[in-house]
Amino acid sequence: MTDRMAAFDVSPGDGALSVFRRFPLVTSGLARLRSALIVLCSGLLLVSCQFPVLDPSGPIAAKEKQLILISTALMLLVVLPVIILTLFFVFWYRASNTRAHAMPNWAHSNAIEAVVWIVPLLIVIALGWLAWTTTHALDPYKPLEETDKPTLEIDVVALDWKWLFIYPEQNIASVNEVAFPIDRPVRFEITSDTVMNSFFIPGLAGQMYAMAGMRTQLSLIANKPGSFGGLSANYSGAGFSGMRFTALATSDADFEAWTRKVAAAGQPLDKAAYAKLAKKRENSPVVYYAPGDPDLLVNLIKKYRHTPPPEPTGDTPAEASQTPPAAHADH
Amino acid sequence: MNPLLGKLTLEEIPYHEPIIMGAVGVALLGVLAIAVVLQRYRLWGWLWSEYITSVDHKKIGIMYVLLGLVMLLRGFTDAVMMRLQQSMSLDPNPGYLPPEHFDQIFTAHGVIMIFFVAMPLIVGLMNIAVPLQIGARDVAFPFLNSLSFWLTFSGAMLVNASLIFGEFAKTGWAAYPPLSQLSFSPDVGVDYYIWSLQISGIGTLLTGVNFLVTILRMRAPGMKMMRMPIFVWTAFCTNVLIVAAFPILTVTLALLGLDRYVGTHFFTNDGGGEQMMYVNLFWAWGHPEVYILVLPAFGVFSEVVATFSGKPLFGYKTMVWATIAITFFSFVVWLHHFFTMGAGANVNAFFGIATMIIAVPTGVKMFNWLFTMFRGRVRFSVPMLWSIGFIITFTIGGMTGVLLAMPGADFVLHNSLFLVAHFHNTIIGGVVFGIFAAINYWFPKAMGFRLSEPLGRASFWCWLIGFYVAFMPLYVLGFMGMTRRLNHYPNPDWQPWLVLAAVGVAIIAVGILCTILQIVYSVWKRDQLRDTTGDPWDGRTLEWATASPPPIYNFAEVPRITEIDAFANMKANGTGMFVPGTPYSDIHMPRNTAAGFLMGIFSLALGFGLVWHIWWLVGLGAIAMTGALLVRLFDEDIAFIIPAEQVRETEMRRLEGVGQP
Repeated sequence: MTDRMAAFDVSPGDGALSVFRRFPLVTSGLARLRSALIVLCSGLLLVSCQFPVLDPSGPIAAKEKQLILISTALMLLVVLPVIILTLFFVFWYRASNTRAHAMPNWAHSNAIEAVVWIVPLLIVIALGWLAWTTTHALDPYKPLEETDKPTLEIDVVALDWKWLFIYPEQNIASVNEVAFPIDRPVRFEITSDTVMNSFFIPGLAGQMYAMAGMRTQLSLIANKPGSFGGLSANYSGAGFSGMRFTALATSDADFEAWTRKVAAAGQPLDKAAYAKLAKKRENSPVVYYAPGDPDLLVNLIKKYRHTPPPEPTGDTPAEASQTPPAAHADH
Repeated sequence: MNPLLGKLTLEEIPYHEPIIMGAVGVALLGVLAIAVVLQRYRLWGWLWSEYITSVDHKKIGIMYVLLGLVMLLRGFTDAVMMRLQQSMSLDPNPGYLPPEHFDQIFTAHGVIMIFFVAMPLIVGLMNIAVPLQIGARDVAFPFLNSLSFWLTFSGAMLVNASLIFGEFAKTGWAAYPPLSQLSFSPDVGVDYYIWSLQISGIGTLLTGVNFLVTILRMRAPGMKMMRMPIFVWTAFCTNVLIVAAFPILTVTLALLGLDRYVGTHFFTNDGGGEQMMYVNLFWAWGHPEVYILVLPAFGVFSEVVATFSGKPLFGYKTMVWATIAITFFSFVVWLHHFFTMGAGANVNAFFGIATMIIAVPTGVKMFNWLFTMFRGRVRFSVPMLWSIGFIITFTIGGMTGVLLAMPGADFVLHNSLFLVAHFHNTIIGGVVFGIFAAINYWFPKAMGFRLSEPLGRASFWCWLIGFYVAFMPLYVLGFMGMTRRLNHYPNPDWQPWLVLAAVGVAIIAVGILCTILQIVYSVWKRDQLRDTTGDPWDGRTLEWATASPPPIYNFAEVPRITEIDAFANMKANGTGMFVPGTPYSDIHMPRNTAAGFLMGIFSLALGFGLVWHIWWLVGLGAIAMTGALLVRLFDEDIAFIIPAEQVRETEMRRLEGVGQP
């Protein structure tokens, strides 16, 4: 015991890793750990990985990805020199290196100060300008101008622990499945009839909080057809992990077919059906409702606020004339 | 509802939960082991008079550090459990943790690590170092200092009590309403959260007041602000943040408490409540909080890098201004925690840009540390290793932070594992690495003997490698669309990364084990590791001019300061601090008191009663606390005199010990 403990006593000049050399078992264990890590990491690289955040399927998500890449590149302009300088300085100016020129009283240089204040400041100014412009361009409340096709409005209600989607125009509703045609702007009007959630379809757009008594908004356009996984990105209780939905981006024809399918299969979303739906339940299946309840969003907000919500933004004059008056009584 | 026990019943003890009962068993065994040792060596009296009733900043600092390290074990166990669960729980495998446990574990992990590990460790380090560094004999309010510690201790014990009695909150560490309201969290968990944070929050607020007055009013003569050690500057800015920010938390939790206890509607869904207000208030405290944690760590690195490069800190003045800038800006960035709550582009852009501006002074600090090493003679002591690890790791964490500060990027990364990786990157790379650097650096001063170097190095390498293996996969998972706090998930592509993260946590566990072994071994071999000179590192600041550990009065004679890095310059010039031949004088010191400890214990009873609605206990606790305080406040005999002769004897013994006549 004493000899093993004596191994911990180190003489000056021992390198940083010397402790590991004293214990053959530890060294061979470390060698095995290193091999295991190498194998695991190589395996990881071979696994087919989907990176929805970096593989966007719509212009919003694409702009967000571009923003991430540009910002990272700008910052690496500072980060890489810092890391390289750190490693170089500790290597070259280590006490045992007699070739290095030491200046033990040198602690000030206006030139260096100027550089280390000004260069990061310039980069931050560039990033700040980028932040201002992209934040406005990617504002979820800003109407999408990419196309002149009419905006599809879908109301979203977060429940425990499922997502209810209401199509006011088509007068249908669905649980945990939302569909929309590609190349057409979609505007989600979002609220909650429970705690705070976050409506998120990675790969298509950013996320937006869903809160009771409030109406938030999120816009997107899908460019490619596909099935996207949606989720809640704000912890909301025991069933949170199962609170997933499917977002189907389809062709115009397939979208019509989907709405017809829902209309045919759906039960009415009346008070009793909604009360049953609002009960706490995990891992809910897909359910269709027809007719839906186009006023549900507004009524839910009124339930908590006792006043109608403010007018939504985003209707262009062209769209406003196309929406049937009956489904938008409160607008 | 029982008038004697409120909501508490025997069923609230989780007999049939093996994991919890196991944890409780381990904790009780630990307490029992300590009690056995104390009894065996008849140390109760020593513990009472040397530590529990002590008002000495050095002893209080040691107790804070011990509390933080012990709670680290519980917080880290939570982390291990979560990583293990997530490495297993690919659908349809539910893992081994039922959701109601997993949800408590991630909440407790955050609360414990921030409030009962990082805060006590930082406050403990400030306690040990700041009075010594400014040439003072103690802090401004020694009794308040003791009270602050025992209130923090009480808050930590309340969180631990939630293991045995009832459950903890299942809301996440920020406890957003409406989930934290009575309607969605009817159990006592959120009440444990509220009261443990309120009680320890009072302690922290008192610390803030204490240290601000200490630093502003008790510096040695001649030590102008711009001659203070840089750690004291960062401690000063931290305490400004504490005093300004903690009242926000107190009020916010009080309002949430009113909602839960009295039926008000500050943050409820109905009745006119506004959940967004809670989010704003919480983060108006929450963002300064993370700077409260990291600024002292920056101060530690400044001291360590200068000492172990054998050079003064490069650019001291700009370091001070950079710290002040960070302090100011930390108050105008809080909205970056909820860009996705719908504030609109102008507001989001303002807060995003403000957040990025903080990167400038932080970057300046990085370069100043680098140029401190430049043209120096770098010694790779354990504190220096932690500092080098910090520079690289924190830079990466800061980069991902600026990325998240872009609202457009945040919309896809908010609440994802990318965010989790970012804040662990900065908190571990910054705060934890700084704490370990400081512990290794100031341990000899506080305890009188050094920590074993080889075990210190082993701990460092395990933490460094383990951190990267555990958290780099989380950045990847964020880009793969994985959100946080999931106890199971559908995507098989995610699992290999989660397994890798679990391996990383295991490596960190070895690092923690090495730290425990380092402390135990060093205590055992303390005679061989004794610090006989008081200056084991060739330090630059005043604390190294005292013995290790310093006498209770720190300095026999209050030093007179003429420049920065006072001690380094005295050594270089061969001059001493004191005029030779000046006679020693009587020293006036504060007496020990049990009032702080008792008020802490009564606050524990108060808090427990509030959680379980045991109203008689609440009343008793409140009256007892007030009584103890009144007894203390009217006590006139609170100081004692160390006669000059005794001071002279102590100092002579020390000078002989270092080989000086």
